[in-house]
Amino acid sequence: MPGAEHFAAPPEWQWWILGYFFFGGISGGSYALGTLLRLAGDARDRSASQVAYIVSFIALLPCPIFLVADLGQPIRFFHMLIDTSPGGGLAFKPDSPMSLGSWALLFFGLFSFVSFLGALGERGTVGALGPIARAIQGLPATLWAVVGTVFGLFICGYTGVLLAVSNQPVWSDAGWVLGGMFLASALSGAAALLLLFARSRRHVEADTTDRLQTADRYFIILEAILIALFLVSVAIAGTITKVLGVWIVLWIVVLLGLAAPFLAGRARAWPPVAAPLLALLGVLALRALVIFSAQT
Amino acid sequence: MGFFTDTSVCIGCKACEVACKEWNQLEGNPPKFTADSFDNTGQLDAQNWRHVQFIEQVPDNNGVVMTPTPIAGGQAWLMMSDVCKHCKNASCMEVCPTNALMRTEFDTVYLQKDVCNGCRNCISACPYGVIGFNEQQGVAQKCTLCYDRLQGGLQPACAKACPTESIKFGYIDDLHKVADDRLANLQRQGYAKAQLYGRDDTVYGGLNAFFLLMDKPEVYKLPNAANATLPTRNNLPGYVGGVATAVVGLIAGLLAFRNGRMNANNNSTNAH
Repeated sequence: MPGAEHFAAPPEWQWWILGYFFFGGISGGSYALGTLLRLAGDARDRSASQVAYIVSFIALLPCPIFLVADLGQPIRFFHMLIDTSPGGGLAFKPDSPMSLGSWALLFFGLFSFVSFLGALGERGTVGALGPIARAIQGLPATLWAVVGTVFGLFICGYTGVLLAVSNQPVWSDAGWVLGGMFLASALSGAAALLLLFARSRRHVEADTTDRLQTADRYFIILEAILIALFLVSVAIAGTITKVLGVWIVLWIVVLLGLAAPFLAGRARAWPPVAAPLLALLGVLALRALVIFSAQT
Repeated sequence: MGFFTDTSVCIGCKACEVACKEWNQLEGNPPKFTADSFDNTGQLDAQNWRHVQFIEQVPDNNGVVMTPTPIAGGQAWLMMSDVCKHCKNASCMEVCPTNALMRTEFDTVYLQKDVCNGCRNCISACPYGVIGFNEQQGVAQKCTLCYDRLQGGLQPACAKACPTESIKFGYIDDLHKVADDRLANLQRQGYAKAQLYGRDDTVYGGLNAFFLLMDKPEVYKLPNAANATLPTRNNLPGYVGGVATAVVGLIAGLLAFRNGRMNANNNSTNAH
């Protein structure tokens, strides 16, 4: 089977985009975990769920800044949403993942912000937010969290689809797997970050932490399968050499991140934060190598 | 309207490059030694909307005289004035989130500089590496097929300047006839590799700037019909893969949290 031919020029998406892919994934993944803890857990998981929503919003804050900074004309950021060409209207193009992502980011920002306020209100961090927390309880709160999770998961995964919907080597060669790979990686990264917080804050219960660890391991297994499928896809397309070479260094970090949560249980000498930190570094390294390797 | 570029008569004079820069007021990139034949512009980009490729295929005959010599007929040194193809199914237009890329009344693809915000998604999508990013202006740039000249009833600057009429401009149907005749003529002369690229709809639904090539498209850095694929082909599989992963991930998360909670409840019940 002949390999794919690519003559496209690289778009020069660099550090800003890497930052967005990382923080966007963490934000969407944290929101999803916060909702899962509410739906599947009980009152004892409430605290971890609140932390997840707070982390989600804080991680989301730099995302629009990174995206705007990456634009050649930052002041025209609103052109992503409003069509300023003759005819006007809204700039909504379902075929363009970047267009869909812009809208999804806007809506997810709203969901994440309200859930953030609710979490702060529940914790009593800001007394004035108590009424908001009480207003969004029960079925409306569940519905809000579920819809927010759909947007959050979209933010985790659409970045991979955005890369795939191109004619770039590697990205377009692994078109069906990149979105899922980024999504699984975002979930495992979010779980790692929550574990990091859980281990440094006493108000997350120990058995919640155990379950987060279990979930993290499930996500990592899913991520590892998708990474293997990614490598098979680029090997079939004949572009695997682009993700090897000097990028082996980043693959080692990715592998360490995948293995750390499993090894940490056996290596008692590891500080408790070591495994989550390595997992987060792995999440970052995976995105860096996918973004940068294809463009060199 | 469009271009027919007949590479068999291109002499690599670069008059098209110069005329394009003059008319469109492109400063050009700083000169550099590319070590690539007579090429000193390197590629199509924000400053080069026409680029003359020099493809050296001088065979090593080990001193054996070949009759006819392969150099005859331009098969040893191919030249092609490359340009935006103004595809009928344009990859750049598909992905542009701002609608900065539009189809004109001449059926060409035009990039509105005042709408573009410099996201560079079109650059990642263009299979020909046509579009470049103008660092000074912060927007993407490419050939407009001299939209302003067309509005004034003039032909594009490159076609006007080409001394050998390698670049022909006109109505697409007329150009197709010219190209068909020229191809038949070349094939009668024995040029078996001569072929039209973008004449039919096998490549991006047909190209409004199509070519007569003297070798395979890949030699000229043009994807062949099998590789001429639109970016949006990955939309459905990409989202399906994402949704499937999300479903598996959510189920895994629910199992992890629920099983753990049930175990914790069982343990506490047993303790009582």
